[in-house]
Amino acid sequence: MSNAAAQTGSPPREAIALENLSVYFGTGANAYAAVAKVNLRVASGEFVAIVGPTGCGKSTLLNAVAGLLRPAQGRALTLGRVVNGVTHEAGYLFQQDALMPWKTALANVAVALEVRGVARAEAEDRAQQWLARVGLAGFAARYPHQLSGGQKKRVALAQTLIRDPSILLMDEPFGPLDAQTRGLMGDLLLQLWQADRKAVLFVTHDLDEAIALADRVVVMSAGPAARIVSEHPIDLPRPRNVADIRLDPAFHALQRAIWNDLRTEVMKAFGEQGDGVLQAGASA
Amino acid sequence: MNRLVLLTLQVLVAVALIGAWHIATTYQVLGDVKNIRFFFSTPVDVALKIWKFFVTGMIWKHLWITLEETLLAFVIGAGSGVAVGFWFARQPLVAAVFDPYVKMANALPRVVLAPIFMLWFGLGIWSKVALGVTLVFFVVFFNVYQGVKEVSPVILANARMLGMNERQLLRHVYWPSALSWMFSSLHTSVGFALVGAVVGEYLGAASGLGYVIHEAEGTFDVTGVFAGMVVLSAFVLIVDYAVTLFERRLMKWRPGPALNETPPKW
Ligand SMILES: Nc1ncnc2c1ncn2[C@@H]1O[C@H](COP(=O)(O)OP(=O)(O)OP(=O)(O)O)[C@@H](O)[C@H]1O
Ligand SMILES: [Mg+2]
Repeated sequence: MSNAAAQTGSPPREAIALENLSVYFGTGANAYAAVAKVNLRVASGEFVAIVGPTGCGKSTLLNAVAGLLRPAQGRALTLGRVVNGVTHEAGYLFQQDALMPWKTALANVAVALEVRGVARAEAEDRAQQWLARVGLAGFAARYPHQLSGGQKKRVALAQTLIRDPSILLMDEPFGPLDAQTRGLMGDLLLQLWQADRKAVLFVTHDLDEAIALADRVVVMSAGPAARIVSEHPIDLPRPRNVADIRLDPAFHALQRAIWNDLRTEVMKAFGEQGDGVLQAGASA
Repeated sequence: MNRLVLLTLQVLVAVALIGAWHIATTYQVLGDVKNIRFFFSTPVDVALKIWKFFVTGMIWKHLWITLEETLLAFVIGAGSGVAVGFWFARQPLVAAVFDPYVKMANALPRVVLAPIFMLWFGLGIWSKVALGVTLVFFVVFFNVYQGVKEVSPVILANARMLGMNERQLLRHVYWPSALSWMFSSLHTSVGFALVGAVVGEYLGAASGLGYVIHEAEGTFDVTGVFAGMVVLSAFVLIVDYAVTLFERRLMKWRPGPALNETPPKW
């Protein structure tokens, strides 16, 4: 404990630290322990990906870091400060669509600056630049329902990054997109991230995506009381290209090693939630 | 279905109905024509009556009064509905305390209030406005309450992460959401404002479309009643169309087949 306190005071600061973090849903006898005793550290400038079976508590972890959820035990720290209430240093790209449907793409991005007191004209100027950076210069006047899934994600990315947060939380940001678009979005993200390395906590169910993007891949166990099973450093060279890096032999070795851990947990998750057939298949 | 074919069929229905009406009141088919005319008038007489309404100019005054009452009822009812809806949605305790009373007030058939309002506000426009307000208020109130309560939690969480404080959340998230719910019930609430006005006029007034119809009924002037009803229907359609135009302007962020796109051609 004293060790942790000493660390939080001295640079290089950890961007994110989870210490014995447990989150329960509900209270009393009905309480469901989503994640239990999770310890995780993300250095500033580090890109960490979390993979795990569906429903294990990946979104829950991000919500705890963002300050949208209160942990039952343990604590989350961002930039050395204990999370208490919404974490303003963090930008959060949600799993679901979170753009305001009544605002245009431009207004959705600009509002992130306006709420911090930037004048409307300047906010819109900079929002337009950000839209251009994510390849949507011509779509400023569109409303979210007039954008494709990938375009909406890019607007959300611009909305998050325009505030220049030092921590980026991303929850399956490219989940609903097709394989090609995911690749392009991954490249775009890497390119933006390369420019000013933020600490990234990136949740995905796609192991290949995790390896292609991250410095470190963290495997979570199946819930309830999910915890971290293993951590795998990804020492592939940067800058990377999401499509090309998959051809690297080192990529395959990593993939095999991590999938070994992940498969066990995915099977367990199926056993919990699936029917008897799946259970039989899993134990065979 | 081709638009032209549809329109032709629609016109055919009107021609058939009016034709049947005309034949039954002109030729000896269903019985004594004079008798039938007393109860049903004739299409030609009704048309002439409507024509007279407009050439003599007497109807304009009544139309204007009804429109004025409708607009006032809508503005006051919607304004107070938005304010109270917001207040209740943001203050769960207030909402819980007032819940049974709101339900009770809304359960009351508003027509029984008309005599009271005449007593309180006189026979002028304000008693009709009051009646319309009691109808509009609840529609708007329930919708705004719902709109504020049912803001998507993800949009709300995202707005919080963007650093919005309570006041900014109100302005950028709750308010637009509540408005969108209010506008989704715009046709209903404007319709209710109109119902309040016309029913009020019908029960006691010196002007307005409801009064015109009531006057004609008082003298067994079936022609006048039918003419008044036709003008009233046309008036309602025009008001409803105006609402549609207004809605399209304001709600262009909402997905909808009618917006920005031409319908597919078969
Ligand atoms: N508000 C809630 N109340 C009760 N249980 C919840 C709540 N939110 C999440 N859970 C439960 O907590 C567990 C973890 O949920 P979480 O959303 O973090 O999963 P996830 O790993 O993000 O899954 P996915 O990959 O499908 O998005 C799940 O079993 C879920 O059912
Ligand atoms: Mg999730």
